[in-house]
Amino acid sequence: MTPPPPITTEHVQRGGGLMRLRGLVRKEFLQVRRDPSALAIAFVLPVTLLLLFGYGVSLDSEHVPIAVVVEQPTADTAGFCAELQHPLYFDPVYVHGMPAARALMMKRRVDAIVHLRADFSEKLRRPGGAAIQLVVNGVDANTARIVNGYVQGAFGIWLEHRARGGANPPGPVSLEQRIWFNANVRSRNFLVPGVVAVVMTLIGALLTALLMAREWERGTMEALLATPVSILEVLAGKILPYFLLGMGGLALSVVMGIWLFEVPLRGSVWVLVSGSSLFLLAALGMGLFISTVTRVQFVAAQVAIITTFLPAFILSGFIFDIGSMPHAIQWITHLIPARYYVALLQTSFLAGDVWSVILPNMLALAVMAMLFLGLTIRLSHARLD
Amino acid sequence: MWPLLALIRKEFLALLKDPRSRFVIIGPPIVQLLVFGYAATFDVTDAALAVYNESAGAASRDLVARFVGSPNFRHVATITREDQIAPLVDSREALIVLHLGPTFSRDLRRRGHASAQIILDGRNSNTALITLGYARSIVDRFNARWASVHGAPSAPARLQVRSWFNPNQQSRWFIVPGIVGLLTLVVTMLVTALSVAREREQGTFDQLLVTPFRPWEILVGKATPGFIIGVAEAMLIIVVAVFWFRVPLVGNFAALCVGVVLFVLAAIGVGLMISSLATTQQQALLGAFLFLVPAIILSGFSTPIANMPKAVQVITYVDPLRYFLIVLRAIFLEGTPSYLLIDQYWPLALIAATSLGSATLLFRKRT
Repeated sequence: MTPPPPITTEHVQRGGGLMRLRGLVRKEFLQVRRDPSALAIAFVLPVTLLLLFGYGVSLDSEHVPIAVVVEQPTADTAGFCAELQHPLYFDPVYVHGMPAARALMMKRRVDAIVHLRADFSEKLRRPGGAAIQLVVNGVDANTARIVNGYVQGAFGIWLEHRARGGANPPGPVSLEQRIWFNANVRSRNFLVPGVVAVVMTLIGALLTALLMAREWERGTMEALLATPVSILEVLAGKILPYFLLGMGGLALSVVMGIWLFEVPLRGSVWVLVSGSSLFLLAALGMGLFISTVTRVQFVAAQVAIITTFLPAFILSGFIFDIGSMPHAIQWITHLIPARYYVALLQTSFLAGDVWSVILPNMLALAVMAMLFLGLTIRLSHARLD
Repeated sequence: MWPLLALIRKEFLALLKDPRSRFVIIGPPIVQLLVFGYAATFDVTDAALAVYNESAGAASRDLVARFVGSPNFRHVATITREDQIAPLVDSREALIVLHLGPTFSRDLRRRGHASAQIILDGRNSNTALITLGYARSIVDRFNARWASVHGAPSAPARLQVRSWFNPNQQSRWFIVPGIVGLLTLVVTMLVTALSVAREREQGTFDQLLVTPFRPWEILVGKATPGFIIGVAEAMLIIVVAVFWFRVPLVGNFAALCVGVVLFVLAAIGVGLMISSLATTQQQALLGAFLFLVPAIILSGFSTPIANMPKAVQVITYVDPLRYFLIVLRAIFLEGTPSYLLIDQYWPLALIAATSLGSATLLFRKRT
């Protein structure tokens, strides 16, 4: 029997690079197979969350319950109340007297009260004119504004109907509005792209936040680094499988956004794919960074919960407009990767390939991805000492 | 009683021994309260305005001056050609464009009627609607003034709007009490959701199970740190909301405390249930997110539950945050009498009892 050829360093290097990486990726995939929670995170999570939020998150108030108090019914009050019988906007209940209406408001059964006083018809024919009281529940200021807008609209139509007998149009200047990119002002069109960004932030963090910490905690990281593989290869081995899983989940979300929620995609698919890849790298990088800094799964999980979801929800522009935040807070939003992705998605879906918006955001995402991954590599080196 | 105290002490140590863990539980929630309190608003300030005025004449100048001078708008550009509109709006430099055609002033003078055009960036539909509201009220005031100066007949009726509980309709008054609920939930989850899973992964939970402690004692041991930390942070956050953000607290403070205690118990129950179901910390983290994210997004914190389809509304009935947010806002702003809050208290108590009970049963689950 001939002895096996001695293993030389040259041999190892020749077999190197790709072979080793393939081994690492395979190891990671095996781990995914053993604990299928990664598959659940990548595929079940986005579908469930997108279904829930795509339908659940809406700023379009419809069928607003309102209490109507008519102290002295006449033809005039009936004319006004007819305008409140809008099948989509209002769900009116008629009550006797303000105390009853007030009680309904306290029980949160109605969002607004329309009050026509006993002298309404009489004053309507006098020079000073009549007043219609509208009381809105201001606790939810945004909904209050929307309800106010609906009643203003009904009031305007009523005035117009009355004026038809007379002569003059309601006002000297009339406003013609055109709302670009979202002509019907459907809040879903702007919220669904944001939901995709929030969901992907979670997935990125969930997939990787515990990865490195688990290896450090169990001591397998030291073992891994004692082999000829470099940190870079370990990282690449970690990122590659989860990047593929994440992109799968992302594709699923985008397809759902377009087909199920009927959000128009006006930009090109390539912008969407490249922007999403950059964001996913940043999100995975952030998870790996958390994992490497904390080195203990328990703390890593706590940090992941606190730093990913709420900032992506509140500071990304997903629902709260960044332009309206105080300047110091606007500056802080620049630290949140989801911010760039939300801007990119909203523009790419609703407006199209507007390069002046897309390029800066892509650049920022690339910088964040490099920053997180670079810091992870640095810290992993430092940890060995 | 002593062994139980020792157990509680051990749970506190496990939680707070790591200085980073200590920091994560106390530092970020305070920072986030301050940042989110300022960030989360539906009010639009400084909407970027571009003006395209083709008309000469006093009327158009007056209307433009009213827009430019409005505190709601920030004048960013004056444009002179039609084709300058699209790039400004596309790149998000202008949120609203006011366009007065060449005949605006003349039409208004001769025919008594003219139209002004507004173009809005609808990418954020809510901001677009609010900005449109600002523009409408400026035009309304312009019209009223024009009518009184030029003797045009005024409308036979007017709408008087009053806003109860929040007279200036500041969305901060709505959002900050919501953040109290959000952060209390997150902190409680941080403390409880991983605690059993970590011990299971490390094998120490089996050791705990073979001690003479009964399951309910283990539950008390696991729940106490979460309860104390959760209630303490909730109180701290309420203090900041009242004294820093100046949100009025008009209702009964004792009723608020009842709400906090019931909510924290419900949150602990859910957290421990997730933790006992999970075999690894990875699964516990997944479970925590799977609960936390829908619980927050569907709670009515930012978008009203009434806007959701019926099927999704049914899901929110098992969300403890839903009830707690109603309690918070009712007591902070509406001053609702306590007996009306019972409808919110009993579901919280039910969720707490069910989840704490099932967590105890799940302790014995074989891994």
